[in-house]
Amino acid sequence: MAEEFSTALQEPLKGTSSRSEEGRMTRLIDHFKREWQIYAMLLPTIIWFIVFLYKPMYGLQIAFKDYSIFRGVAGSPWIGLEHFNTLFSNDQFIRAVWNTIQISALNLLFGFPAPIILALMFNEVLHASFKRTSQTIVYLPHFISSVIISGIVITAFSPSAGIVNTVIGWLGFEPVYFLTQPEWFRPIFVGTGIWQEAGFGSIVFLAAIAGVNPSLYESAVVDGANRWQMMWKITVPSILPTILIMLIIRIGNIMEVSFELVILLYQPSTYETADVVNTWIYRQGLQSGQYDLAAAAGLFNALVAFVLVMTANTLSRRFSRTSLW
Amino acid sequence: MMKWNLYSRGDKIFAIAVSVLIGMFTIATLYPFIYIAAVSFSSGFAAQAGKVVLTPIDATLDAYGYILKDPQFWISYRNTFIYTIGGTIMSMLFIIPGAYALSRPQLKGRRYFNLFIAFTMWFNAGLIPFFLNMRDLNMLDSMFGIILAFAVNAFNIILLRNFFEAIPQSFEEAARMDGANDFQVLWKVFVPLSKPAIATITLFCIVSRWNGFFWAMVLLQSEEKIPLQVFLRHTISNLSDDDEFSIALGAAGFSAETVTAAIIVCSIIPVLMVYPFIQKYFEKGILLGGVKE
Repeated sequence: MAEEFSTALQEPLKGTSSRSEEGRMTRLIDHFKREWQIYAMLLPTIIWFIVFLYKPMYGLQIAFKDYSIFRGVAGSPWIGLEHFNTLFSNDQFIRAVWNTIQISALNLLFGFPAPIILALMFNEVLHASFKRTSQTIVYLPHFISSVIISGIVITAFSPSAGIVNTVIGWLGFEPVYFLTQPEWFRPIFVGTGIWQEAGFGSIVFLAAIAGVNPSLYESAVVDGANRWQMMWKITVPSILPTILIMLIIRIGNIMEVSFELVILLYQPSTYETADVVNTWIYRQGLQSGQYDLAAAAGLFNALVAFVLVMTANTLSRRFSRTSLW
Repeated sequence: MMKWNLYSRGDKIFAIAVSVLIGMFTIATLYPFIYIAAVSFSSGFAAQAGKVVLTPIDATLDAYGYILKDPQFWISYRNTFIYTIGGTIMSMLFIIPGAYALSRPQLKGRRYFNLFIAFTMWFNAGLIPFFLNMRDLNMLDSMFGIILAFAVNAFNIILLRNFFEAIPQSFEEAARMDGANDFQVLWKVFVPLSKPAIATITLFCIVSRWNGFFWAMVLLQSEEKIPLQVFLRHTISNLSDDDEFSIALGAAGFSAETVTAAIIVCSIIPVLMVYPFIQKYFEKGILLGGVKE
């Protein structure tokens, strides 16, 4: 009885709500009938993102599990934060975190100013075809694969055959075993990075320089300023927003050392200065099969990177109104 | 050059000094390539003794003869072409329609779809879950797996979506009047108008496919599936680890160094061939890329 009564009471309410719902439904159906094509176009991409990028995020739970291949991701038992305890008492992992930060800091210190200086210098070159040619050349290494880069470095720095030791020999010194000595890894790695990316990196700053109002220079000429003064008083301040944004982006990516090149250039004897988080994960996980521990290290890395990138995004948005973006 | 006459003496000195520095940096960029080319054409003995500086010493084609006779070199070269062409086409099949759909104002939940895609730029599951996922998908040691699994990235989709969004509506309206559907609007209006953006993304895809190494090394086991970069890596590490092999090579008129250099030259040549075409677009492209999110 009571049940009947309450359903009877609800009936009229249900009626009105379902009628408006029906209206919404028919409108929605109409919408999909009319616009189904754009959903069909989007669907493959969405499925791709789920299968290749979001499903691995689900798989990240093995960072909190005692993962075994036979039980699979879902079937393995939970063990809480044990892997993280193991990680933070693992000297090699701690060392990899510090190496990552230190290599990134060196990249920032030397690699960040290089393209700015290069762009400022390109801006002072008057001879158009000379400028064009040298730009074409300095952009080129960006497009060369890390395997080739490593091949060039290994050949050039080889103790007996390499050009670097040939020159050292001319100067009357003993050959240096560059690639097996820990103290040489970072200079070679950072130097290679500058050689490869400084030219290409200058494009952004050249574009910013091209956007500077020419009348500023004209009035500076009237005031009798020389090129050096104009560079410091006009060009540099004008591209400062771009410099700041690029700097923020770089800081946001501090956990990302191009580990592919590290794998190609390091050896067990240089691990102490060369091993970064991702190379450690690669060895522990993909080479030694400790998937769960390595996934925990990956999660730690990804979370730190996420916080840094989000902070960088927020900061850069603050500057972006005044910049070319 | 007109400016030159207006320059003071100090400005002229400054401009010359800058040009000299730029020239030096340019030479420093170019030199390693010249050096590698010189090594590749030198005799193994001269290369091992570190005599090569700028030009080939005891010029010979022995190193090229050695690698061009290696069937694995040709297999890897062919595979790299398959990965590059197949992968780039696959990317376009996802990216172009996907970016178009995301640029449509009438797409319901557009904000959420955009966030869904952009989120992957900020947070990544990392190497291990990605690898285990590939194993679960039965895509280890699969050429199709390589082509499909690296087809899309958030950055390229967003770049193209931004470009599509900037196309004025009037272009589309004319086509709609003629009764065009979305597929036709995309193909006949948006794609032709977005040539610079599509060219840029195509070139990004080609370059990253041609250079792709890490995942190919991790995921592929069969020799008949590996790309050139993995083959090059195997050669470099075998040659530098294996002393006996080096000595055997040295006796044959080439050495580890000259063979490595020759493979480097062979794999750079296609890049140099497309480079002039790339160059036309990438300056524009990198600036498009600046328009993030």
